[in-house]
Amino acid sequence: MKDQTLAIKLTNISKEYVTEDIVTKVLFGINLVVKKGEFVAITGASGSGKSTLLNILGLLDTASSGTYILNSLDVTALTEDEQADIRNREIGFVFQSFNLLKKISVFENVILPAIYKGSSTQEREGRARELLKAVGLEDQMYKRPNQLSGGQQQRVAIARALMNNPAIILADEPTGNLDSKSGADIMSILKRLNHDGNTIIMITHDKEIASVASRIVVISDGKLNK
Amino acid sequence: MRLNELLSLSFNSLRSNKLRTALTTLGIIIGVFAVILLVSLGTGLQTYITDQVSGLGSNLIFVIPGKVGGSRAPGGQQTNKLTFADAKVLSAKLKDIAEVGPIIQKSGTVKFQSKSDKGTSVLGTSANYPKIVKTNLIKGSYFTSAQERSAAKVVILGQTVWDKLFNSQDSLEKQINIAGARYTVIGILEKKGSVFGLDQDNTVIIPITAAQRQFGVSNVNSIYITALKPELVTLVERKANTVLLSRLTEDDFTLQTQEQTLSTISSITNVLTIALGGIAAISLLVGGIGVMNIMLVSVTERTKEIGLRKALGARRMDILKQFLIEAIMLSLTGGLIGIALGLGASYLISIFFVSQVTWWSVFLAFFFSVAVGIIFGITPAFRASRLSPIEALRYE
Repeated sequence: MKDQTLAIKLTNISKEYVTEDIVTKVLFGINLVVKKGEFVAITGASGSGKSTLLNILGLLDTASSGTYILNSLDVTALTEDEQADIRNREIGFVFQSFNLLKKISVFENVILPAIYKGSSTQEREGRARELLKAVGLEDQMYKRPNQLSGGQQQRVAIARALMNNPAIILADEPTGNLDSKSGADIMSILKRLNHDGNTIIMITHDKEIASVASRIVVISDGKLNK
Repeated sequence: MRLNELLSLSFNSLRSNKLRTALTTLGIIIGVFAVILLVSLGTGLQTYITDQVSGLGSNLIFVIPGKVGGSRAPGGQQTNKLTFADAKVLSAKLKDIAEVGPIIQKSGTVKFQSKSDKGTSVLGTSANYPKIVKTNLIKGSYFTSAQERSAAKVVILGQTVWDKLFNSQDSLEKQINIAGARYTVIGILEKKGSVFGLDQDNTVIIPITAAQRQFGVSNVNSIYITALKPELVTLVERKANTVLLSRLTEDDFTLQTQEQTLSTISSITNVLTIALGGIAAISLLVGGIGVMNIMLVSVTERTKEIGLRKALGARRMDILKQFLIEAIMLSLTGGLIGIALGLGASYLISIFFVSQVTWWSVFLAFFFSVAVGIIFGITPAFRASRLSPIEALRYE
């Protein structure tokens, strides 16, 4: 079963929520395989279940049934702390609303994942500089996030996502809060990262943005359409 | 996550909310300050009183009329059956092991020419009184046994009396009037100062025989006995009790050693210290509730931050520690400032009143403030650590 070339393998993933005895089924038997180095866009209308799928992929939520293999590791049933460790080392998040901490510098924001990993100060500071340079923000390192433009903030978030050299990058509407120029910049950065070998899974409702990906998966009513 | 990272994280977060941090800390400062100050006051008072009593000499045993803790109130004139004769018998029977000094205490007006001093304490006692209670003279001499026997009208003045009557000028051999009788000044007492506003120098000492005649009393207010050696105190107490029981009933007198007096005093002052400390501890508790309150607000405000940290790989413990350390920092800072202020205030008070810093109260306040941080910080920290990352991230 273990295939070294696979980044993600979802088998028959379902998700249902139970609130006050009412069962709401959101995902119905999702099967998805993402190879290492792929750039997959998951698109779908709002309410289609794409956010739930992203949460499960990001180990922020657990599936009701089915199995999830991430980077050759079965992550279906982990404790909360084990999930935290996997999120820390294997997953890089890029959120629609950037989610940077306002009270600390750009540099400190990028370093955050490494702090929870416990890497040495020297190692992480070197890597943070390198990453900020790669996204073209080496001059803005000591500014606060709110002193930067939206596009710049999203670039900080990308640098942060790459900090611990994760197996996959999960991008949730990465251009949703940006103007088209900044959005295009972000997409070209993601494309370059993919070109450098990073596996990227991006959720978007925007067909044009999705077209940048090497493969598009459409989700509707909790099912994937081929 | 390393400790220094947690510390700088908490520090930065407290720094970014300066006013809030200061106000929360103030609650703890006041609590710790109050604990240290009030305990210092209580202890200072205890030490002061104990020193005063010990200053009388540790071999001292008091005989006072009436029964302490008995059916009748002690010391009252109507129940006083203790007489000068009892003292004389005691003195004879305890000759080789103790000095016995009966005391008659009255109050009266002392006059010299046109000057007078009202409400002076007139102490009638025996010639051996200086051997029992430390009595230093700066001028003249104490009266002799012969003068005691002959009821000589001689007097030793306290500093206040000396000052009022003679402006502290030469006064030996001068005649003064005590409650209507003439006495010759033979000595001046060393200054003793005042205890709780009570002037110890507004006093004169005369032979007990003279006092008996002048005031027409045969009773004594108390009898002081001092054992010649510390190891004799128990023996003296037992013998004195036997002697007195052969002359009086059990309800007519109370024997109290210095040790018993001290233990009575400390039990009272201990209760006082604990009561004061307890009241202060309540303000520390209120300060702790303030810490908890602000931490709960902080957790709610920073829900999104907690969600993000969890998404980036923070474990439950990392979040718990972050908020717990923040709470401890708040209360510890308050504790340290409170200790500093408490020590300062205790020192200031010790200049013009009694106050003694007890190190246990400082350590107690220190550990108490840390404990307050942990106890009142754990609930908010636990709540933060339990937040679901998805919901926390979604929180606006």
